[in-house]
Amino acid sequence: MTVALSGSKIAKQLGKKFPGAVIKAGADSLLLKGESLLAVAEYLKTTPDLDFDFLNYITAVDYYDYFEVVYQFTSLKHNHGLVLKVRCYDRENPTLPSVVSLWRGADLQEREIYDLLGISFEGHPNLRRIVLWEGFDGHPLRKDFL
Amino acid sequence: MTTKEVTIQTEPFVVNIGPAHPSTHGVFRMRTTLDGEVIVNMEPIFGYLHRGIEKLAEERTYGGCIPLTDRLDYLASMSNNMAYCLAVEKLAGIPVPLRAEYIRVIMAELQRIASHLIAVGAFLNDCGAFMTPIVYMIREREKILDLFDMVCGQRLTYNYMRVGGVSQDLPAEFIPALRKFLKEMPGWINEYDRLLKQNEILLARAKGVGILPRELAINISASGPVLRASGVEWDLRRADPYSIYDRFEFDIPTGSAGDCYDRYRVRVEEMRQSLRILEQALKGLPEGEVRSEVPHLIRPPVGEAYGHIEAPRGELGFYLVSDGSIAPYRFHVRAPTLINLTALNDMMKGWKVADLILIFGSIDICLAEVDR
Repeated sequence: MTVALSGSKIAKQLGKKFPGAVIKAGADSLLLKGESLLAVAEYLKTTPDLDFDFLNYITAVDYYDYFEVVYQFTSLKHNHGLVLKVRCYDRENPTLPSVVSLWRGADLQEREIYDLLGISFEGHPNLRRIVLWEGFDGHPLRKDFL
Repeated sequence: MTTKEVTIQTEPFVVNIGPAHPSTHGVFRMRTTLDGEVIVNMEPIFGYLHRGIEKLAEERTYGGCIPLTDRLDYLASMSNNMAYCLAVEKLAGIPVPLRAEYIRVIMAELQRIASHLIAVGAFLNDCGAFMTPIVYMIREREKILDLFDMVCGQRLTYNYMRVGGVSQDLPAEFIPALRKFLKEMPGWINEYDRLLKQNEILLARAKGVGILPRELAINISASGPVLRASGVEWDLRRADPYSIYDRFEFDIPTGSAGDCYDRYRVRVEEMRQSLRILEQALKGLPEGEVRSEVPHLIRPPVGEAYGHIEAPRGELGFYLVSDGSIAPYRFHVRAPTLINLTALNDMMKGWKVADLILIFGSIDICLAEVDR
């Protein structure tokens, strides 16, 4: 069974290294500040007892007031998992750091989120629309699209 | 007469393979840059089959989304049904009767065999074994489709599973037909192996071609046979057992080189393991209800859930967000074939055009799932 790591435990561990990075710790998830995402993600990936080498998925949800981007990680070695969440309050030009440099599996998924929800990922090598065509007006998975 | 040495300048040129090309298994375009016959760069372009299923689902009830999941990976509709139902059950806390769990496992494993038969047959088609192997494999897939036809009257988009169970119990003729299939299938798999396993042309074309190294496979979040062929023993049925998979004994076949041949071998071995699971499931199949009491309109509590299964093509997951209403607030599909495509360029670079078809075929994608 993949064990869901306790969010508050990880938050404690992160607290020393990244003060203020964790906004809220859930049962199996952490809500992070957008600007500290990349540093925390790198720590999670490279720390031996965490070793999150596998990125299950990335997705994003439009909650009207903010966008929430969800990352789920698994460690194939330890067989444990963790969910990271980041919020984006800017509707006009939402931007987050890209994690492609750490997990290349994020490549097509970040492009999809950019295409369908309009969230830009800074540092993505090829951030273009993926299922819709260039010039398509709007981002269909936003709640105010239709 | 004197000879003169001439240097001819060549330059790379762009060739579009697809979107409507027989080897692209759907509508998929590979914008390749070639230097002579050698691939310098390949850029996948897709979206031709984008139907906006994730958006459509936001307007439907939880039960009404099940037919949409049939239309994701249409070669493995039962698996899609199962993953979605698991996610809703997790979100709403709905129990599933034991008999229904067994029926689901039987359907999912039959579906895995049917899907791998097409995957392997189409891959061998791409290798140049034109039509002969795939006709053998379609012959056996027909028998599985007949079984599915018995339980739900459909041959492609089954819409068989329901939140909290399955739509109806197995008909009387199903069990004898499944027994007959389980008796015959091992012989057929041996027949494929006699025909193909040591085939010289297949070995020459597929061994060492399109290598996906272990580290890269993990880094690009590859899953399913693609990941296991690269030597990673990771199967959600074992690593994160869902439904009742912790009751069954089976092995996880893995490859070592991560080449096209290993991916083909892993699929064939997985068919054998699925037969093992089917034998055990048939033996343990209990009597009882096949569907728990579930209201017509399900209103899960506010929250979110991610349910994932080991589908034939990899980790298929549904991320659902509920706002307490009758329709999902967000319906996200973790499509295994989309993510398995990430490293396609790395696998193809340096190989020839003829190998490109082969490497692409060995990943086994379903465009309806990639585009959604």
